Amino acid sequence: MVKVNVNINNQAYSEDVEDNTLLVELLRDKLSLTGTHVGCDTSQCGACVIHINGDSVKSCTVLAAQVNGKELTTVEGLASQGQLHSIQKSFQNNHALQCGFCTPGLVMSAVDLLKKNKSPTESEIREWFEGHICRCTGYKNIIKAVQEAIT
Amino acid sequence: MYNFRYHKASTIETAISLIEQSDDPKILAGGHTLIPTLKQRLSQPTDIIDISSIDELKRITLGEGNVTIGALCTHAHISNSPEITKNIPGLADLAKQIGDPQVRHKGTVGGSIANADPAADYPAAVLALNGEVLTSKENHFAANFFIDMFETALKSNEIITGIRLQIPKSSTYKKFRNPASGYAMVGVFVARYDNDVRIAVTGASSTVYRMEDIEGMLKSSFDNDIMEGIEIDTTDFNDDIHASAKYRGVILKVLLEEAILELKET
Ligand code: FES
Ligand code: FES
Repeated sequence: MVKVNVNINNQAYSEDVEDNTLLVELLRDKLSLTGTHVGCDTSQCGACVIHINGDSVKSCTVLAAQVNGKELTTVEGLASQGQLHSIQKSFQNNHALQCGFCTPGLVMSAVDLLKKNKSPTESEIREWFEGHICRCTGYKNIIKAVQEAIT
Repeated sequence: MYNFRYHKASTIETAISLIEQSDDPKILAGGHTLIPTLKQRLSQPTDIIDISSIDELKRITLGEGNVTIGALCTHAHISNSPEITKNIPGLADLAKQIGDPQVRHKGTVGGSIANADPAADYPAAVLALNGEVLTSKENHFAANFFIDMFETALKSNEIITGIRLQIPKSSTYKKFRNPASGYAMVGVFVARYDNDVRIAVTGASSTVYRMEDIEGMLKSSFDNDIMEGIEIDTTDFNDDIHASAKYRGVILKVLLEEAILELKET
């Protein structure tokens, strides 16, 4: 067992986990933060993207033990005081989700993109989403949603 | 997921003593190759030794004509570092072409080099930039370090601490990505120095190698004319579902021409 002290969405957690626990398993199975999804076993789909110390990262490819002492944000932490984050709103406005499975990861990635690049071009947005797969193939509206969120 | 014991090492010394106490240890840096292979049980170590919090391995330092990059620098760090974008733009560009942005936030240069995947990008840069692989034991010249597919000169209780590269006059990395995995089907790094030209190829065969014959021709005349009539020797090239050896040869020639054209006026 490993002790993990971690701050998630501005709340402190202290959990004992098995050595081989993946971060996404800690989030979903132990902490019931099920907004973060798992879509693959090969680090390719991006459904599990969250922020670790401000950077978007695939939580299926990090051990829970590795985030001891870190600050995490998951999709549950984006909205504040009942108000959706601007990216969440623009996904809604642009019908950028169909089944919604890939959406939490894409939203978390998009937030990171706009933090690092205030006005990305269409090709920069597409490149940024390289590590995401939307099985409903709704890419066009996903790009539109990010473009709308650029202000 | 596959079961192992997890250890956190906050210094290189602790990591080495943990290695020596374990049956079948593996070092965890960025984990973006290791964790997927653990999930698939392609690798089944007894102990995972996490070195990812050793901050002294996360620095990029400029020296006299060279730059030293700590083993734990991520691809994102390298591609955005002013020291690298200014002095070795070819390397910044290489780092930016690895994986996807989320992978680049975690994957490290040391991990990539230790793994020595035949299609990895950094080995081409280390070899072309007359580099050394720095470890807890000694410094290895790149030419002696990369031995074969997934095989390097690293001993089991030796940890990569960084790489040191000679800053070229100009450099570029051209890569033909596998459209599905993004790995290099062929990648070629070309570096120009005052009296030297160095070319290293990755992805084409079982390990990275230099093209000394073409380097020689470019040393006397750095012009893409020299490529006319050149036949790439593809005898030892990989021949797999992604590309035939012959196709890899064709790609390599085109990439090399593009690289020469780009560096011609530099
Ligand atoms: S679940 Fe993490 S990339 Fe697919
Ligand atoms: S909306 Fe269904 S997978 Fe993207």
